[in-house]
Amino acid sequence: MSDLYLIFKNLTRRKLRLSLTLFAIFVAFLIFGVLSSFNKAFNSGIELSADDRMVVVNKINFTQPLPIAYVNKARAIEGIDVLTWCNWFGGYYQDPKNFVAAMACDAETLLDVYPEIVLPEDQKKAFMANRQGLIAGQSIAAKYGWKVGDRIPMNSNIFSQKTGGSAWDFDVEGIYTGSTEQFDTNSVYFHYKYFDESRSFGKDFAGWLILRTTDPALNDQVANTIDTMFANSFYETSTDSEKAFNKAFIAQIGNIAMIVTSVVGAAFFTILLIVGNTMVLAIRERTGEIAVMKTLGFPAARIFKLVLGESLLLSLIGGLLGIGAAWLIIGAMKAALAGILPTLVLTPDVALTALAIMVGLGFLTGIVPALSAHRLNIITAMSRQ
Amino acid sequence: MTENLFELKKVSKSFVKAKETISIFEGLDMTIKAGDFIAIMGPSGSGKTTLLNLLGGVDQPTSGEIHFDGKRIDNLSENGLAAWRAANVGFIFQFYNLMPMLSAAKNVELPLLLTGLGRSRRKASVEAALKLVGLDDRAGHLPKEMSGGQQQRVAIARAIVSDPKLMLCDEPTGDLDRATADEILKMLQLLNREFGKTIVMVTHDPEAAKYAKKTLHLDKGEFVKEELMA
Repeated sequence: MSDLYLIFKNLTRRKLRLSLTLFAIFVAFLIFGVLSSFNKAFNSGIELSADDRMVVVNKINFTQPLPIAYVNKARAIEGIDVLTWCNWFGGYYQDPKNFVAAMACDAETLLDVYPEIVLPEDQKKAFMANRQGLIAGQSIAAKYGWKVGDRIPMNSNIFSQKTGGSAWDFDVEGIYTGSTEQFDTNSVYFHYKYFDESRSFGKDFAGWLILRTTDPALNDQVANTIDTMFANSFYETSTDSEKAFNKAFIAQIGNIAMIVTSVVGAAFFTILLIVGNTMVLAIRERTGEIAVMKTLGFPAARIFKLVLGESLLLSLIGGLLGIGAAWLIIGAMKAALAGILPTLVLTPDVALTALAIMVGLGFLTGIVPALSAHRLNIITAMSRQ
Repeated sequence: MTENLFELKKVSKSFVKAKETISIFEGLDMTIKAGDFIAIMGPSGSGKTTLLNLLGGVDQPTSGEIHFDGKRIDNLSENGLAAWRAANVGFIFQFYNLMPMLSAAKNVELPLLLTGLGRSRRKASVEAALKLVGLDDRAGHLPKEMSGGQQQRVAIARAIVSDPKLMLCDEPTGDLDRATADEILKMLQLLNREFGKTIVMVTHDPEAAKYAKKTLHLDKGEFVKEELMA
């Protein structure tokens, strides 16, 4: 028999009460795990943003194009290391329901601006060499069963070809992965040149420019220079760091972090009261037993640890079950929501935060009864029996 | 010559209740020799339980000194007293006070968690203690699955498992029928005679007191009579 055995036996002596309390903790951590994962997925663009990467869009809004001529002008600006450009394609595969996040980008510079795109060297070369080449993220490739070497048709719900029709043919030259698990692998990239030459309108315009500065400290200076350079033109620009751009984009959906914090905060506050009350009652019921243990020679500090340990164990069991269930649910939802939230995953930092909350919850709910048990006077307690 | 196990010198104990100081003992002297089996009797409020608490180190005197085995214990800290109790005293209560969620064996093992003994030695000690009280076949039973007499025997096993010099019994047969009470008292007598345990037992029951070697009658905080048993 060990102290852990004593803690476990005390914890499990009232099965119904234990089950109900565990269920309450379980639900709170399930909510936390799921909502936090969603929040992370919504904000992953912000978190994964590189400090030295900037986005240049039309000042009116990001759906308006920019002349491709801006590329060379901007490239001459001091402080810019590498610059690429992309255009939203608005793609779907075979059926309009099969949405594809497809972008026509400058293939020469794309991978320099996005080192997070991990592509085998031979696939990279093949992609560069083939104007109709396309690289697909491993998630979307798996979803539609694409393999390297496949020739696939892709339609656009925005653009049409000069020759009529909205279908473009592409050769899958590479399947890329992300340098981190959260990097979006649900997109496809293909050659801007191929797209620009064949589209029926919008020629020589790009959706946005993306650049890396030589030093993040130069970001403000570079942004200012670009925006000043194109001020008072037909196509004024707005240059922001990628982080700020993504943040502004997410903010259009709503303050998800606040919603998550409110819901999770309410859940944990309720749990704190429920578990705290349960622990106080449980220890009060055992006043006589604690007095006996002290009489036998158990020091007050050890009694304190036993009670606090019980509360921690309760919180950890319920919390780990809840986070485990959240992990399963997120895993099951990942595929279904890949098109909307490609980076939906219960990340280790969410799990670690949950673990810290479990410890905090166990401590907060256990500290009062543990202190009561620590201070318990043997004679007073025995005389109450 | 029999050595003194306990010496109480000019022990006073008083409580403050509702702003009034209630004195239980004033300058009490007492000596308990190693190997004694003492029954303490007296009316309610005479100070029996307070004396037992002082002897057991769960309470401390207002003034005076308590020496155990030649060492002063009344000035020990709370932790010091807890360690002293764990090493030297076995407690037996009127209502057994077993942990309801633990089996008989685990209840008996409880005091051994305060020692540095390894698992196998603890197991052997528990088995020996349970065998001594005749409950080795009930080791896995929970208290609620046992009779009052059996539970008190488990409590005795718990009290002796760490081989303390002193056993303090607070009305150990107060909740038992006569036949069962006699069984328990014979067991205490055996522990005193065969194993040399020093026993101090508080009781209201004159029949129980007959099992002791000596009965001390306490009244209003003073020993008023001493009876030696045959």
